[in-house]
Amino acid sequence: MTTTSPAPVLSMTGVSKRFGAVQALKDIEFSVESGEVVALVGDNGAGKSTLVKAIAGVYTPDDGQVVFDGSAVEITSPARAQELGIATVFQDLALCDNLDVVGNLFLGSEVVRNRALDEITMEKESWRLLRELSAKIPSVRIPVASLSGGQRQTVAIARSLLGKPKVVMLDEPTAALGVAQTAEVLNLVERLRENGLAVILISHNMSDVMAVADRVVVLRLGRNNGEFRVADTNVQEIIAAITGATTNAVSARAARKAPQEEQS
Amino acid sequence: MSTPETPTTDAELEGADPTAVPADARPADLQDERLIASSQGVGGWASATWGRLRSGDLGSAPVVIGLILIWGVFYALQPAFLSSRNLVNLTLQMVAVGTISIGVVLVLLLGEIDLSIGSMAGLSAAILAVLFVSKSAGVLVAVLVALGAGAVVGLVYGFLYNRFGVPSFVISLAGLLALLGLQLRVLGSEGTINIPFESSLVRFASQQFLPAWLAYTLAILAPAVYALSAIRRNSRRVEAGLSPTPMSQLLLRAVGLAAVLVVVVAVLNRDRGVSIMFLVFLVLVVIMDLAIRRTTWGRSVMAVGGNVEAARRAGINVKRIYLSVFTLCSTFAALGGIFAASRLASSNQSSGGGDTNLNAIAAAVIGGTSLFGGRGSAYSALLGILVIQSISNGLDLLSVESNVKFMVTGAVLLLAVIIDSVSRRSRAAHGRA
Repeated sequence: MTTTSPAPVLSMTGVSKRFGAVQALKDIEFSVESGEVVALVGDNGAGKSTLVKAIAGVYTPDDGQVVFDGSAVEITSPARAQELGIATVFQDLALCDNLDVVGNLFLGSEVVRNRALDEITMEKESWRLLRELSAKIPSVRIPVASLSGGQRQTVAIARSLLGKPKVVMLDEPTAALGVAQTAEVLNLVERLRENGLAVILISHNMSDVMAVADRVVVLRLGRNNGEFRVADTNVQEIIAAITGATTNAVSARAARKAPQEEQS
Repeated sequence: MSTPETPTTDAELEGADPTAVPADARPADLQDERLIASSQGVGGWASATWGRLRSGDLGSAPVVIGLILIWGVFYALQPAFLSSRNLVNLTLQMVAVGTISIGVVLVLLLGEIDLSIGSMAGLSAAILAVLFVSKSAGVLVAVLVALGAGAVVGLVYGFLYNRFGVPSFVISLAGLLALLGLQLRVLGSEGTINIPFESSLVRFASQQFLPAWLAYTLAILAPAVYALSAIRRNSRRVEAGLSPTPMSQLLLRAVGLAAVLVVVVAVLNRDRGVSIMFLVFLVLVVIMDLAIRRTTWGRSVMAVGGNVEAARRAGINVKRIYLSVFTLCSTFAALGGIFAASRLASSNQSSGGGDTNLNAIAAAVIGGTSLFGGRGSAYSALLGILVIQSISNGLDLLSVESNVKFMVTGAVLLLAVIIDSVSRRSRAAHGRA
């Protein structure tokens, strides 16, 4: 299960993070290559969000090495993560309700013309981006507070693509979406991969994971608990790794059924 | 179990090419079929504005209505209130606290507060008077040192806030006392320093007025510049495939603005005219408005006020924003202190004391800047101080004692905050931020 490509765009080794008495992450190994979708799965409290925040620069790990694009780096702040080319869509979306869609999309990377904000270029670019995502947003000049959950998710994903990142992290991107929008986000993930981006997908939804991921990394109680190529695994195996139940009735039955399915 | 619908749904999903731009003649921002407020022209604008007001997005409507009411009442009680002479006085009286209020708007946009602005104004007035009168330094030196003191105090606040996370409320409460002490110390045993009437400072603050022709030119020029830049923006929008602002609406705004400005100038010119100090205040308001709405810095300020965490994750240097805003606020307070000392031709132990502090904060809130951060504009400093100063000036004309004055101003402030809270709730219910 070692990486075949010589240079993953992002790789982490021995990453640990403590919060007081709680060991949130312990000796995590994680890597992602260009043009690869890696799903990061685990139960609640497994440390997914902590790892995501460590990659995004929100938390600084206590221990461990991070190699980005072949050189050792320290991701000390979100700005540093962006600078490196790591874009993150957080679960809580982190949008400014009082700003309009354009303001949110370009927050932190505004287009400037003659030392003033270039609203026209930004608005035009916003529409281009949203059309590319087939996003149904009635107006980009309304405050984000008046958008629906799915629309807010779309805005957050669109925003992550503005900085031409190398790595895109999506934290539960389909959690709040309807059927068509979920399909659209998964299509979008495919497109990101085709464009040579490394995608890290955090999800509880196994059908999403199986649909788009190339590789699945399982965390359990803050540690690595297995890594699978989607092509050579099944949902049962992943769920067993997530829950730690390697020998229970469900997995045993799944194991019995698996050969039959292959024959049929 | 496969239903007949399944293939069609799949086909639809496949067929929906997300990159295909709808071949629609409409501009890019008006293509969504759910957009109801797409009716163009003055009628559409009026109905959109009405809808916005009804859903609690009041903007400056309450304060404009309130101002008309206040002026009406005072005019009925004392016709001299709306005389040119009194209105010129009003423009002179409002500048000092209004300038302080610009800084308050900035901290309120972040959802923070500075309670020491009054003391800061007093300290800056003391520094100015001591340097200019007692040490006979040049005007420029005295003004710059006073402003510099404001900047230093703001930097200290920002540092304390960023480094230790002390709420700005507490920092500035401590600053209120410390700066007052510093003011008394700078003034020394005398307690009062009079600035000579013949000095450039006092002449600037009470005797220098724009020539009539220049005032009228500016009153026409400002709307013209506005209209021209809007027309240029429109042509760029059309080039970019976006909908332009309707010409009729644009002209209506420009002509309306010109009409208001010309009437104001005409009324003021019947007496002494437009004070240069008042013009400086207006220019400062316009500059800060542009800085807030049109610069990266201003966008960052609004973002931090709306959602600090989102701003931080977007890569905005949040600490720098806090530092810059606290610094600007104290500097504006210092400038307000300079204006006040110049107008009163003296600096004493009660400079910046009394109701200066609360009037400046009240002006920002009454003008429509939210106490909860992320909403407001520099113009609320102008509108708010106009309301506060009108009340104060009107009650003075009626020779009401200061106890009533305080109570009335307090009631107006309370009313403004209630309007802010209620409209905030209504906005949430109507899905507006």
